Amino acid sequence: MSDHEYNPKSKFGKWFNDRLPLLTLANHLTDYPTPKNLNYWWTFGGILTFCLITQIVTGLVLAMHYIAHADMAFDSVEHIMRDVNYGWLIRYIHANGASMFFLAVYIHIFRSLFYGSYKAPREIIWIIGIIIYLLMMAAAFMGYVLPWGQMSFWGATVITNLFSAIPLVGEGIVTWLWGGYSVDNPTLTRFFTLHYLIPFLILGLVVLHIWALHVPGNNNPVGIDIKKPSKDTVPFHPYIVIKDGFALLMFMIVFAFFVFYTPNILGHADNYIEADPLVTPAHIVPEWYLLPFYAILRSVPDKLLGVIAMLSAIFILAALPWLDTSKIRSAVFRPLYRQFYWILVADVLILGYVGAMPAEGLYLLIARVATAYYFLHFLVILPVLGFKEKTLPLPISITEPILGGSPNLAAAKNREGLKE
Amino acid sequence: MAEKKTNRRDFLFTATYAVGAVGAGAVVWPMIDQMNPDASVKALASTEVDVSSVGPGKTITVLWRGKPVFIRRRTDEEIEEARSVKLEDLKHPEKDEDRAQNPEWLVMLGVCTHLGCVPLDQKGDYNGWFCPCHGSHYDTSGRIRKGPAPTNMEIPKYEFVNANTIKIG
Repeated sequence: MSDHEYNPKSKFGKWFNDRLPLLTLANHLTDYPTPKNLNYWWTFGGILTFCLITQIVTGLVLAMHYIAHADMAFDSVEHIMRDVNYGWLIRYIHANGASMFFLAVYIHIFRSLFYGSYKAPREIIWIIGIIIYLLMMAAAFMGYVLPWGQMSFWGATVITNLFSAIPLVGEGIVTWLWGGYSVDNPTLTRFFTLHYLIPFLILGLVVLHIWALHVPGNNNPVGIDIKKPSKDTVPFHPYIVIKDGFALLMFMIVFAFFVFYTPNILGHADNYIEADPLVTPAHIVPEWYLLPFYAILRSVPDKLLGVIAMLSAIFILAALPWLDTSKIRSAVFRPLYRQFYWILVADVLILGYVGAMPAEGLYLLIARVATAYYFLHFLVILPVLGFKEKTLPLPISITEPILGGSPNLAAAKNREGLKE
Repeated sequence: MAEKKTNRRDFLFTATYAVGAVGAGAVVWPMIDQMNPDASVKALASTEVDVSSVGPGKTITVLWRGKPVFIRRRTDEEIEEARSVKLEDLKHPEKDEDRAQNPEWLVMLGVCTHLGCVPLDQKGDYNGWFCPCHGSHYDTSGRIRKGPAPTNMEIPKYEFVNANTIKIG
């Protein structure tokens, strides 16, 4: 990790560090050389860590009052809301915290897409990130089942039935997942267990994610390799700590707004009706953060192919470092990619919108076009663009365009001769 | 080493791995199988329903194994409609005669074969059922006609115990 040797000042510190080098680790983390041009889009890693800790702490407390049983789960959630001291606050933080977590993770992912942070040598960081994202979706889905409301029950029914699309063994797998012939008490208890487990798996993967990050160091808005440490870097503490802290405060304002002013706006009213296996709500929609994938699922008129399309839409991201053939990381120097990037952002937002609408008529047509474009972007546009695109010249260092005093990088490049 | 020859030690390795794999499998299987339906769930295998109060054109829904079962007393037009359909027009070809032992009574699992929602009665383009979740249309025999569901709604095992009682399961 750190290149330089760290020597604790105190005698006890040295004694301890020789036996367990925690102080060396702490020193690595505080001195960690960070590119000095990181913008606020880079603060979401810290924000996500905060979100994970928040979910674990509030979840732990909720588990002290919640009862994982089909006959009691719904009432126990109302008990938390009405009787438990500050139960309403803790539950609203936990429920909205899931949405905030996804909001932050989407910004984090799209930041990577814009600045090419997934490219060599950061592929493993990216893939671990995708696994974390998958686990987040699993945890969010199972957590949504626990209140045992109508949306919980039918959401669980629809999502577990996705597995029935698998030929031959599909039905057997679904029965195995349910522990019965429909979503019922055995399903609820195992979902509770897994919902409790997954955040700790995520925590472990986050450690690997950061470890893998600290090997090559951060990417940066210019996307060029930099020497570390050098004039292009600042130590993590205090520079990045303060910046991350400030961004976190801003984020917490948004978080608190949802918790205190519109705690239910991101949920569904139907989930305040207890689960009823005889009545499906008129309009089943997943939580907002899963809507783009739901739109892809519904846009395919065949069950198995729909499921395959939806899963591919997620797994295709893991192959992204190899699908994007361009050697230039940052979209700042890729005029064409920059445009396709924003089209992709719009495409995903459109998918999210039609995912919330009924799957018929014009909505269905839009969903199909947007689904086709989504795959086109990753499977055709990105591979071809790497060969066809005429990229802008890269600066030699982070400092250069700044000291050049001009945002025009061509002008900065002209000075290259002068510099030597 | 020059040439790799199979010797006694290789045999021991292979045998050890094989026994180890069987042992690991024997330990893992109970961990997996414990998630399958347990004895108490399996015990709720059949249910008897009194249908004497169901008039023509009416449907009742009963719960069997945690799933809704539709019992519909069909009108003559519905039976006529279900029986006149050509098999070539069906996505999952099944004769209505095979789905309803007694043409007047249609007994089927009220579970959409797409992703398991409960379809709505007397809705959709074929006067049968319509699933609000992802838009599957079923006809008066519960057969899939339009939409993402791959197969017709399932007919459970059932029998008429007497003229007014149906035993499901």
